[in-house]
Parts: sequence; C-alpha cells; structure tokens
Amino acid sequence: MLIDDRMIQGIFFYIFALIAIVSAIMVTVSRNTVHSVFFLILDFVSISCLFIMSGAEFLGMIMLIVYVGAVAVLFLFVVMMLNVAQQENEWFQSKKSKEQNSSHIPVGFLISTIIFFELIVVIGGWKLKPEIFSNLKPEVMSGATNTHSIGSVLYTDYIHLFQISGMILLVSMIGAIVLTYKKRVGLKRQSYIKQISREKISGVEIVNVDKNKGVKIDV
Amino acid sequence: MSLFYLETLLIETYKIIFLVLPVLTAVALIVWLDRRVWAFVQKRRGPNVVGPFGLLQSLADALKYIFKEIIIPATSNKIIFILAPIVTMTLALIAWAVIPFDENLVLADINVGILYLFAVSSLGVYGIIMGGWASNSKYPFFGSIRSAAQMVSYEVSIGVIIINVLLCVGSLNLTDIVLAQKDMWFILPLFPMFVIFFISALAETNRPPFDLPEAEAELVAGYQTEYSGMMYAMFWLGEYANILLMCALGSILFLGGWLSPIDLYPLNLIPPVVWFIIKMLFLFILFALVKAIVPRYRYDQLMKLGWKIFLPFSLIYVVLTSSFLIYFDLLPKV
Repeated sequence: MLIDDRMIQGIFFYIFALIAIVSAIMVTVSRNTVHSVFFLILDFVSISCLFIMSGAEFLGMIMLIVYVGAVAVLFLFVVMMLNVAQQENEWFQSKKSKEQNSSHIPVGFLISTIIFFELIVVIGGWKLKPEIFSNLKPEVMSGATNTHSIGSVLYTDYIHLFQISGMILLVSMIGAIVLTYKKRVGLKRQSYIKQISREKISGVEIVNVDKNKGVKIDV
Repeated sequence: MSLFYLETLLIETYKIIFLVLPVLTAVALIVWLDRRVWAFVQKRRGPNVVGPFGLLQSLADALKYIFKEIIIPATSNKIIFILAPIVTMTLALIAWAVIPFDENLVLADINVGILYLFAVSSLGVYGIIMGGWASNSKYPFFGSIRSAAQMVSYEVSIGVIIINVLLCVGSLNLTDIVLAQKDMWFILPLFPMFVIFFISALAETNRPPFDLPEAEAELVAGYQTEYSGMMYAMFWLGEYANILLMCALGSILFLGGWLSPIDLYPLNLIPPVVWFIIKMLFLFILFALVKAIVPRYRYDQLMKLGWKIFLPFSLIYVVLTSSFLIYFDLLPKV
C-alpha cells in the first residue's frame, strides 16, 4: 500500500475529528455531569490538535492553556462543589419535572438552530464565492511564524477591538464579583501591617482589676 | 515509500525511549537526593543502606510498590480513579519532548515550545482533581479542591513571568530563549522575576511550604489518601518529574540552559549537557532545602501571596521591562 504525507495527515485528521465529534456528543448525552466536563476537556484537546495540524500552532496552544488549563478547571470546580454529580441528567427522560424541561429545551433548540444557520451562511458563502473574504484578510508577513503574524496585526490594526474585548472581560469580572460579594460582619481579618507595627508598649496593657468585678477584654 | 515512514517511526521511538529512560532514572535519583538533603539539614543520615550511599533506595521503594496490592475503593468512580495517576505521569513525561539539552539535542524543536510547556504544566492539575474526586472520600476531595485553586492561581504569575523573559527574547522557541542569553543570563536583569518564578514553581508543583493539597496534618495525604501500590507510586513519580521539569524550565529561562557561565578555556571543555544538568541540580537542591527549612503556609496566606503580591508585582515588572527595552532600543528584532 502506498503511503504518503497527505494520507498520514488525513488519517490523523480523521482520528482527531472523530474524537472531537464523539466527545462533543458525549458531553450532552452522558448522565453524570462530571463525566460531561471530562468529555468537554477531551473535545477541547482534540480541537487544539486539529488547530496544530492545520498549522495554527499558536491558537492550538492558547486553546489548551485557556480552555483546558483554566476554563474547564473552573467548570469542574463548580460542578464538583455543587455536587451535581449525583443529580442525574434529567433532560431527556423527564418524568418528575416537566415544567422545568419545557423551559430549557425550546431555548436550547432556538440557539442551536441559529448557530446552525450561521454556519450554513458562512461556509456556504465561502464555498460559493471564495473571493468574498479575500478583502477581509489582513496582510500576513511571508515566512513569519503564525505567532509573529498574529502579534503584528493584533496590536496594530486590531488594537481597538482587542482593547474593547479586554474591557468587556474586565467589566464582566467586576460585575460577577459585585453581584456575589457579601459583606460579612464579625469577621476577624488578619492585617499584616497591624501585626508588624505592634509594639511592646501598645501591645501590653496592665489593668488594675477590682476584686470580684473582673475585667472586660475587648480585642 | 511506506518503508520510509516505518523507519521514521522507529527512529522517533528510539529517541523517545532514550529521552524517557534518563528522565525516569533522574527522577529516581532526585527522590533519593531530596531525602538526603532533607536529612542533612536535620542532622540525620537519610537513606544510606541500599547500594552505595543509598543510591538504590528509590529502586527498592519502586519494587516494594510494585508488589503491593492495588486497592480500589468500592464507592469510587473506577475509570477516573485509575485514569488519574496515568494522566499525572503521562503529562509529566510528555513535557520533556521540547526541553533542549543542547543546541541540537531536542526531541521536538517546535516554534511554540514555551507555550507547550506552559500548557502541559497547566494540565497537570487534572491528575490531582480526577484522583481527588474519583476517590469519593472527603480528605482527597478537600485536597484536590485546594490544589485546583492553588495551581490555577500560581500559573497566572508564572505566565506573566514568562512574558517578561519573552520580551527580552522575541521568540517562543526554547532553543532561541537559551541562545538569547549568550551574553548575559536573564537572572541578572530579571532577578526579582527569578525569585518569584522559583516560589511559584514550588507552589505549582505542590512542594513544601505550599504542599497544602497533601498537608498530612490536616488532610491525611490529600488526594493520594485512597491510592496504594503502583498507582500511588505513579503519582509520586509524576510529581517528581514535574519538579525536575520546573528546574529545567528555570534553568532555561533564567540560568542560560546549556551555556557555560563564561566562554573561557577550562569551562567550555565541559559538555553543554553537563552544564544543563548542573543548573538543574542546583535548582533542585534549592527546592530540597526549602522543603527542609520552611514551615507550611496557611491556605489564605497562600492565596494572598499569589494574587495580591506576586501577580501585581510581576505585572509591574512587565511594564518596567518593556519600557526599559523600548527606551534603550533593545527590543529583539523579529
């Protein structure tokens, strides 16, 4: 049998694509929520492998670092902390909570339909008229690695978009903190400055205690 | 034609074996070294019975682990329970693929080597989370939750430190990073970053004083509590391989990798690989000394150190480094 570079690439592409699709299906199908998150991680990893195979090594690595290394850890964290692992996934075999499901499934269906049509428009337009996107393409330096080329356009031509997305992230982060922050009363916090600046004179106080009265200590 | 691919495959397998075997041997030796250094600080002798100077102690331990029974708790999630040590071990080993031991002695000389290392070390948290959760027991779960928070926090500061180095290099390739230090090691201009990197590496690999995931006084052994036999040994090996990896990363980023300190006659006779190993050993002995002399941190102090001290400081240092490089027109030409 004749083996060449294209064929090896094809084999690897289909392996990773198959893993990606199967694990994406398993995310929604699996009963255990923690298993869903693990399948999501597998999906992210195989997608980043596909990125690397198509020559976008920077995107692939960033995908691994951001999605697998941080986002999925937080997912897992939340899922484990809320103990939803024990609650079985009741989406498809709904018996006890009908009204809850009827609120979830239409919204999910709507969103997935919209995404599906968007994909059809993008891919169909690309297939029909390949030159339609050519004027959107930024100038890419020839011979540079894709890290260099991303850097050279991201911080020059697209600096405003970059900063706007940064601001959106910052605002959403602050918003999440403000929404969940509760000022707790009676909490004793450790203050390093207070501890270090404590002197012998101010730290120790000699109190004359009256007999049978006791003394009230207030820290 | 197909013979060519078979040959490539065989050669690569050969290379991988000759990378993995020395790494595993080195891991066994540094476990011994760690215990020895720890003992010497406390005026004990440490393991000195098996083999010359006790060098074969780790081998004896490994044999003991192999012959022990593997106990899988009845209520655990069995697949994930078994997968966890395998994930830890695999991730600790695949990271070595991009480490350059010499100018041409590297398995995969990829463009984004440092990002790959960063990605793999950030995946390391999964072994611990999976082990802790799958054990279905409270101490392992506490340990894994702690370590998830800890490793994610300290990764952020390591990432910012790496940005500092990359500003001076202008490339993500590890070989380029080392070659950029030909005139001056980055430890000199970026010394504060080296200190923070060292401490963050301690936290990232769950070493004392940041070994809260397995704090034996509070959590029995953290995420490893339910593990036994070879599975426990795999966690152990993975952990030490990660520590060695952090030493390698530290010496590549700050200590000039395989370069000799000064390019003079008696020093440049020593082969570059030996320099690299000496630097790694130096960092590892520092790790071991810290373990012996520093008491364990409290959990809130650990988080405070990571988010409120290291992160702002290294961010400010990024601004400093980049303004310095721009002002003196020292930015690397791409």
